[in-house]
Amino acid sequence: MRGTGFSFVAPLLVLMVVAFNAPIVYMLGLAFWEKGRGFTLEHYQGLIETPVYLKVLGNTMRIALIATLANMAIGYPLAHWMRGLQNRARLIAIALVVLPFWVSILVRTYAWIVVLGNGGLVNRFLQWTGLTDAPVSFLYNEMGVTIGMANVLLPFLVLPLFAAMIKIDDRLLQAAASMGAPPRTIFWKIYFPLTLPALAAGTLLVFILCLGFYVTPAILGGGRVPMISNLLDTLINQIPRWEQASAISTILLIVTLLIFAAYRRLDRKASA
Amino acid sequence: MSDIRLEGVSKRYGTVAAADNVDLNVTQGEFVTILGPSGSGKTTLLSLIAGLNKPTAGKIFIGGRDVTDAPAQQRNIGLVFQSYALFPHMTVLENVMFPLGVRKITGEAARTQSLEALKLVRLEGLHDRRPSQLSGGQQQRVALARAVVFKPDILLLDEPLGALDRKLREELQVELKQLQRTLGVTTLLVTHDQEEALSLSDRIMVLNHGQTQQVAAPTEAYLKPANRFVAEFLGIANFIGIDGGRTGLVRPERVKLSPAGMNGGTPAKVVEAIYLGQMVRYHLELDGGAAPMVAAVPFVGRAFTAGEKVSVSWDATDLWPVA
Repeated sequence: MRGTGFSFVAPLLVLMVVAFNAPIVYMLGLAFWEKGRGFTLEHYQGLIETPVYLKVLGNTMRIALIATLANMAIGYPLAHWMRGLQNRARLIAIALVVLPFWVSILVRTYAWIVVLGNGGLVNRFLQWTGLTDAPVSFLYNEMGVTIGMANVLLPFLVLPLFAAMIKIDDRLLQAAASMGAPPRTIFWKIYFPLTLPALAAGTLLVFILCLGFYVTPAILGGGRVPMISNLLDTLINQIPRWEQASAISTILLIVTLLIFAAYRRLDRKASA
Repeated sequence: MSDIRLEGVSKRYGTVAAADNVDLNVTQGEFVTILGPSGSGKTTLLSLIAGLNKPTAGKIFIGGRDVTDAPAQQRNIGLVFQSYALFPHMTVLENVMFPLGVRKITGEAARTQSLEALKLVRLEGLHDRRPSQLSGGQQQRVALARAVVFKPDILLLDEPLGALDRKLREELQVELKQLQRTLGVTTLLVTHDQEEALSLSDRIMVLNHGQTQQVAAPTEAYLKPANRFVAEFLGIANFIGIDGGRTGLVRPERVKLSPAGMNGGTPAKVVEAIYLGQMVRYHLELDGGAAPMVAAVPFVGRAFTAGEKVSVSWDATDLWPVA
């Protein structure tokens, strides 16, 4: 039985090893190799000695963190609001949240230019109301990148959070109320702790995705907001310094894996 | 410790009345059961008293205080659901301590009081477990302990034993009754199980389509039901035509059987004899085409067998006219 099972899986396994794992191992190894000289750590050394790389890494972390926090601030109330809706309205709300998945990320990102540009909807509205005299620059800076990423990644937080929230039995909240607990206590002592594992797992997932984001920073950042993926693009396609890119990728991979390990632990708790 | 008074309480959803002009008085320390089939509005009534729902008409008093518009938080009630509604992220002890924490009772005092409540429901030594690590019966005990730990004015139980198997249910019925008597707390229980209602309560309120059918002590409701619905809902009912086109009720336990031809009585044939342990239940076909009857007779010595001819009779005092 075990033998037959393996023979079914074998082709896929070969594909995985050849197409995915081997390139990653090659990529990891590249950083430790210099043509003609063999094993070396100089690419990692260069990483530490060149401040711009660490700065970009820090920058990426910071933008990812802000986008994640923005996602939490919008996503939690949104998921909670959806939980309270009637069946039909809830379905529509879910569809609206999932809708971005169906639209190409490029289209969505360019749409933000229409909305946030100097002559865009938001700026025209702000000037029309007299709140500002000159257009506010939302684009081609960190603000634009953050807004764009928060938008693209919102479903990744809202959907697991919503799933955890509708699993909470209303009777738990009613029982707490009958015991005299005011709404604030019910929220912080019962409701919030029960959603916390899903919130933490969703947040980490969004953060991981933010770290490797390429398209949105490239377009909405206009090349002025360097994030790791864009730096890698430069190192590979323009300079080209593959070994350096490989070292940076390795570090990004390690950071991501560490966070992913945390995510797995929380996710197991959330689904327990 | 308080009494409960409902005055003309109604709850309408559109044109449907889940509770229709219900009056009820539950005196201090009394155990009253609201009994009805599913959809009779019994749970709605309980949620109105608990404050989880607002009546469309009428007034609700707890301990003489008008609580009609008071939220659940201000009613000081202990509430137990069929689904237990234990907080899954807390231990047993934390669950029981929760209502105390809300009342600013913390630390050692809360711990002591909670452990006492757990002792009361015979759940010692499990206080560090999570609800998911307990059996259904144990979870229900935790829910009970949590509902009484803060000495509520009234205790409301919504089908508390409905999810348990029969043996456990009977065990817990006895414990529940003892607990209620020990605490002397005014208790209102909702159930669709007539046996549970008959065995636990001081009085039963039978509900159908949101309307009160009868409020009476168990024996009275069983032997002297106010109408056909109550008669049939509380157990097996033999309806017999009596003078003036009226109908009378005889419960199976009051039906007497003797060998054919003896003691006068109506001749009948045994269709089915079902052995129930202490009793034998006979399904009878009366001569002359009257409605079939059921008799429940203590099993002593010999039982009649299917097909046997018997003679059926009952005392006139055991016949109760129902409309």
